[in-house]
Order: sequence, then C-alpha cells, then structure tokens
Amino acid sequence: MSQTVTSRRQRHWDLRAAGNFIGGGTGSGLIVVAAIAAVAGEPFRLPLALGLGFVAAGLSLVWLEIGKPWRAFNVFFHPRTSWMTREGIVATVLIPLGAAAVAADSVPAAVLAALLAAGFLFCQARILRAARGIPAWRQGELMPLILATGLAEGSGVFLLAGAHAVPWLTLTLFALLAREGAWLAYRAGLAGTPAAARALGVFATPPARLARAAQLAGLAAVALALGFALLAAPGTPELPATLLAWAGGVLAALSGWGVKALLITRAAFIRAVVLPVVPTRGSGGRGSGGSHARAV
Amino acid sequence: MTRYVMVADLRRCVGCQTCTAACKEGNGTPPGVQWRRVLDLETGTYPNVNRVFVPVGCQHCANPPCMEVCPSTATGQRADGIVTIDYELCIGCSYCAMACPYDARSMVDHAEYAFGEQPTAVEATRIGRERIGVATKCTFCAGRIDAGTARGLVPGQDPEATPLCVNSCISGALRFGDIEDKDGPIATLLAENQWFRMHESEGTEPGFYYIWDKGTL
Repeated sequence: MSQTVTSRRQRHWDLRAAGNFIGGGTGSGLIVVAAIAAVAGEPFRLPLALGLGFVAAGLSLVWLEIGKPWRAFNVFFHPRTSWMTREGIVATVLIPLGAAAVAADSVPAAVLAALLAAGFLFCQARILRAARGIPAWRQGELMPLILATGLAEGSGVFLLAGAHAVPWLTLTLFALLAREGAWLAYRAGLAGTPAAARALGVFATPPARLARAAQLAGLAAVALALGFALLAAPGTPELPATLLAWAGGVLAALSGWGVKALLITRAAFIRAVVLPVVPTRGSGGRGSGGSHARAV
Repeated sequence: MTRYVMVADLRRCVGCQTCTAACKEGNGTPPGVQWRRVLDLETGTYPNVNRVFVPVGCQHCANPPCMEVCPSTATGQRADGIVTIDYELCIGCSYCAMACPYDARSMVDHAEYAFGEQPTAVEATRIGRERIGVATKCTFCAGRIDAGTARGLVPGQDPEATPLCVNSCISGALRFGDIEDKDGPIATLLAENQWFRMHESEGTEPGFYYIWDKGTL
C-alpha cells in the first residue's frame, strides 16, 4: 500500500517572518553574552543595546507582515496556550528592562534581561515546535538547534563588537560546536521522518550548501583565532587573530541567518493529505478501480 | 451534546467539484481561495495505480491545533464542535495556517477579483471586506446550521440547515450530521463502514471521516 502525500510549501510566512527568528535569535544570544560580560566586569552596554535592537527589529518585521497590523495588541490575548502570545509578553518586559540596564549601567538588570532573552528565544523555538502542520518544524531536534543557533549568532556578533579575548573566543567556539551538534542531530531527525523528506531536499540545495559552508568556515575561523590567542608569543601582531575573529563572527551570524531563512521560507512544507488506505470503487474486485492507469 | 461532523465516502466521490463550486458561490471566497477542495490523486506505482478523489477542508478538530496557537483568541470552538474564526479579533499572523496539518486555512492580503481589478456585480455584493487580511476557512456553513436549527430543522437531513457542499454533492459522497445522535444517519453510516481520519497521530481528533471499506490496504 502506498501513501499519497500532497504536501506543499507554506505560502504565508516570508522573509519578514524569518526576520523575527533571525533578529530574535541573534538579539537574544547577544543579550545573554552581554550579561555574561557584565558579570565578568567587561563593558556590556553596547552589545546589550545592539541585542535589544535585533529583537525589536525582528518584532517590527513581523508587525509589517501581519494582515491587520493595527490590531497587533490582540497578540497578547492568549497566554494560556499560544507561544506567540508568550513571546510577545516576554518581549514587552525584556525591551524596557534591557533599555534600563543600558541606561543605568546596571549589572543585575542586565542579568535579568539575559534571563528574559533566554525565555524569549525559548518561546521562538516553541512557536515553531507548535506548528503541527509543518513536519520540519515539528522535529524535536529543532528546539536545541534554534537555541544553539541563537547563542552562536549572538556570540559571533559579540566578537564583532571588539571582544577578542580568549574567554569570548572560547564561548563562541563552544556555541558554534553546540550548533554544529544540534544541526547534525536535526538533519538526522529529518532523515528519519518520512513526512519531512521534502524539507530534507531543501537542505541539499545550493543556498543551503552555502550556508553550511559558511557555518563550517566560521567554526574554523573562530578555532584558529582562539589558537592564535592562546599560542601566540608576546609581541606577536594581533591583526591576524583579530581578522580571524571578525571573520568567524560574521560567518557565525550569517550562516545562522541563512539556515533560518531557508527553514522558515523554503523548508516549511505542510503535511497536507496522507491517505492510509485507498478505496476501490465499483462492484468488481480491485481491478475495477485500480487496473487502469489514467492521466490525472 | 451535539458534535457536527462530515463524512466523505471515497467510494462514491467522482471528483466533479460541484461541492467546491457550491461552497465558492455560497461563501463568496476570493479567487484562489477554496474552503472545500477535492483533490484528484493517483496512488500506487505503475501499473498498480489507483485514482482517488478526496474532499478536503477544515476538519473541525475536537482538539484544533489552530486554536491552540492562535495568539488573539480569534479561533474558537463552539459547543457543537464547529471551529470558528472571529474576523474582528484576528490579526492575520497566519500562525494558524502553520499549525493546521490539513492545509485548510487561507488568507488574502487584498481583495482579488476573478476578472481584472474591478469586481463583477456578484463579487461586489460578496466580497466581505471583513475577511481581507485575516485567516479564513470552512465554517461548516455555521450560519445555515444556526438559521435552520432555529426553525427546528435538522442539519444533515433538512437542506436548509445543511452545509452547501453536502447539499450539492451529486453522488451522496458527502454527508453531514450529529455524530452524537447514536441512532442518527451519521452514527449508523460510520458503524456500518470502515473509515479513517487524517493525521490522527497528531491528536487533533478531526471531525471529518473518510469511508473507504472494500478498498486496498
């Protein structure tokens, strides 16, 4: 018995929706890393402000996408079960609290903002997970991938903000390795899910391969930068390590953005129709409805 | 307790699309939007192939995933099981469309007409501005059901209280009624035939049954 699958790509969420997951992931990751910097006594206001900007930009993109933008306040009406509502609620606390942390140079407020940012990112992952119509998003392995990708993007952007010391390179390398593991697990999960076959095909296309190459190149660049930082003799010029760190940071962010854009806009096939059984019409046996191949 | 469901007898459906046309005419959906569709599918591998026509649309699930994710509470559920959309609450985020495993939701951002930029006379009376920029889907013709039951009519038996697609079906493939009426035609039909519901593994408990017996496993 064969199954008939008529899945088609979702037609409603475009790059603006993907932008929310891109901005939300990068922004949340950056806020978390900024809070770690704050606790470590490092400057944190610029990356924290930047992270808030990413989150706000992502939400603004969604606002531009919805059909009734002037009713956007209604998004807060369903906290009991909707992760989109919960995301909105967390954002309304995160942004002013983060802004206050920046304005007041407050480490405790930055830490609280980081906790909220982590919650915001978790909500975003759950938004995708709750989309029961789309197998590529329903995959259990997507949750850690979204979380690790956010941290990887955020720590990558943090490197661009000028922090190239060993702890930050180590943190970024850890985040990139976590994303690598999450990505491999996600791909393996998709391969084991027949309903996600078309999504798996999307991740074999040239744009996906490019994003994947950028992901690996970013990982290599950050690892090399860390190697330089650890092994370079005193007096060695810092420029190569700095360039490698910047390149790694850029690639860490861009590759994550590319994967999310593909995930939201290209790999999102709706489950649609699956027939577990097929009837045979007519009064005869199986042949009455099944023996004549006809053009459809 | 009433629970309205629809039954599609896959042995009877001939794929004439009359239900699609009747729904479109009655509900005035814009071009490209069809709340009641009939898929024309070929299954199997040559030379052992089958052709099957599958009416699809909102399955009015008992546990609707669209309602769970809806951030605005625009998607609701009536006591009789019909899943509804409040067009005044919906923000048009389309999250419900992502959550629906049945690809049953539509949304158009602007009014579209069948012939050019201006509506035809019929379209002008049917356009339904409240349905632009929000999610829409099959309503099981809830308005007809409510108007009919208010007059003492029985949905699924009296045409004035029955969804348009069911009324129009030329082969009797589409049936509608209260599954909780244990002696009613729907309960009897399902008791006497083999049926399945789509994507039951998702726990949605759809209110749309497909009869298929004497078919191939």
